[in-house]
Amino acid sequence: MQISTTTRRITLLLGLPALVFLVFFFLLPLVDVLRNSLIDPTLTFENYADLFSSRVYAQVFFKTFQIALVVTLLCLALGYPTAYVISALNSKRLQSLALIFVIIPFWISLLVRTYAWMVVLGRTGVVNSLLLTLGLIDQPLRLLYIRFSVLVGMTHILLPFMILSLYAVMQGIDRRLVSAAATLGAGPVRAFLTIFLPMSMPGVAGGSLLVFIMALGFFVTPALLGGRGDIMISMLVETQARQLLDWGFAAALSAVLLGITLVVLVIYHRLIGLDRLWSV
Amino acid sequence: MERVKLSRSQIRGIIATWRLRNLLSMLVTGLAILVLIFLVLPVFVIIPISFSSAQYLTFPPPGLSLQWYQQYFGGRDWIAATIQSLQVGLGTVVVCLLLGVPLAFALVRTSFRGKFLVDALVISPMILPAIILAIGDYLLFVRLRLVGTTWALILGHAVIALPFMVVNVRATLKGVDPDLERAASSLGAPPLAVFTTVTLPLMMPGVITGALFAFIISFDEVVIALFLSGPYTQTLPMRMWSGLRYEIEPTLAAVSSLLIIFAAVILIIVQITQSHHTEEPR
Repeated sequence: MQISTTTRRITLLLGLPALVFLVFFFLLPLVDVLRNSLIDPTLTFENYADLFSSRVYAQVFFKTFQIALVVTLLCLALGYPTAYVISALNSKRLQSLALIFVIIPFWISLLVRTYAWMVVLGRTGVVNSLLLTLGLIDQPLRLLYIRFSVLVGMTHILLPFMILSLYAVMQGIDRRLVSAAATLGAGPVRAFLTIFLPMSMPGVAGGSLLVFIMALGFFVTPALLGGRGDIMISMLVETQARQLLDWGFAAALSAVLLGITLVVLVIYHRLIGLDRLWSV
Repeated sequence: MERVKLSRSQIRGIIATWRLRNLLSMLVTGLAILVLIFLVLPVFVIIPISFSSAQYLTFPPPGLSLQWYQQYFGGRDWIAATIQSLQVGLGTVVVCLLLGVPLAFALVRTSFRGKFLVDALVISPMILPAIILAIGDYLLFVRLRLVGTTWALILGHAVIALPFMVVNVRATLKGVDPDLERAASSLGAPPLAVFTTVTLPLMMPGVITGALFAFIISFDEVVIALFLSGPYTQTLPMRMWSGLRYEIEPTLAAVSSLLIIFAAVILIIVQITQSHHTEEPR
């Protein structure tokens, strides 16, 4: 197709305001973070030196990775069978109904979803009341403000991303291939392991990396559901900046978190292609 | 055709495989149903709690009362925060419409060198941890003397809402045949008229969904708001945050229930717009 150069120029110009906006209000703040990490209090690498020399901060980074990894595995373990069943449904109507269940949480406020887990897991919450009434326990269990509640809350919030990533790939897998394997004598387990599982790997990789990236930067859920020990990087940044007013150190922490996130994003791009994120 | 004779043990093998398959599919389906329940149920537990007559969080509610709704509607701070959030949300939608729709149009209708970088730039605010942007926004807006203003919140939120607008508009725009535009302009319509009478109506479902997304992103945002708002620009999520951080205020159950209903209404609008879109003949 032929578009005249003038039309093309005008069309390109239409995108310009948004790009200027992003340079000013997205890139510039990121540059400010880097700048501040190097000049606050004075021109120095001290913030980074502090960061890398302290055991306490190393532990926060380790915990953040650990939590993000466990949440990713939980999402995969729960999301894979769910996406498998949804994509195998014969009726389109049932499929979209199941997908609505997956999408509903997206539209509900993150704070509301986190609060819901406080109601469910609290001392006088749903689970404890139920177990007490049934006589299974005589003291309320401690289910909230521990690592467990952080994992439950984060998995609940990130699971839809995993299911949708997996579903997008599984939907394109021709299931007759699995039937063919069965006809040729493979048992259901073997047919799944040799045919379906390898073909669904792009979904597994994409969903896992996406969930992992998002989990690394989580703030609200671990801050509200976690105990004293469950401090993630984002929470440390907030404490340093808003409570201790050490903006230089907060900026250095943010810069390191940014670096880690970008590394995982590059891996995502190499494996899956970043364009997957916007061309769904 | 030759008839295949199966031995007894072969038949037994087939039956065993069939049983195993049934058992596995039942197990997997059961797990999937549990996961779907896990996704939605906790949220709906809040609704009965919101009508509780108890003074503290307890389940099941000992009696019914509208006290928490009265607390919300009678609470000056709650209402002020809600109005502030609505303002910021609408402002975010307007900014995202003005910037996002033309950008999506340019990205779909042209190709140029370095387009991938533009795509990556537009999409990355969606995935980067909000805390990084919150720190950066604060440092920038302090210099611009905008911290504590509604404008700071709108601009901060527009950055993270813009990708959702662009992705949605792009998706529908890809389905709009450029030949229709060319037909209109060959009949003498000036470019602006082509856009408003042909392109815009056809990409409306994406614009509406994108706008609703942008609104919800802003209306729900807490991390950037914690850094950018001042004493007079507290948003609803910030008010909720302080109600959850140190002690759990029961009023939150009422606020949350209202937000769930609000989300349901928006989801229904989106579903209607989308289904209307897909039913349209191509």
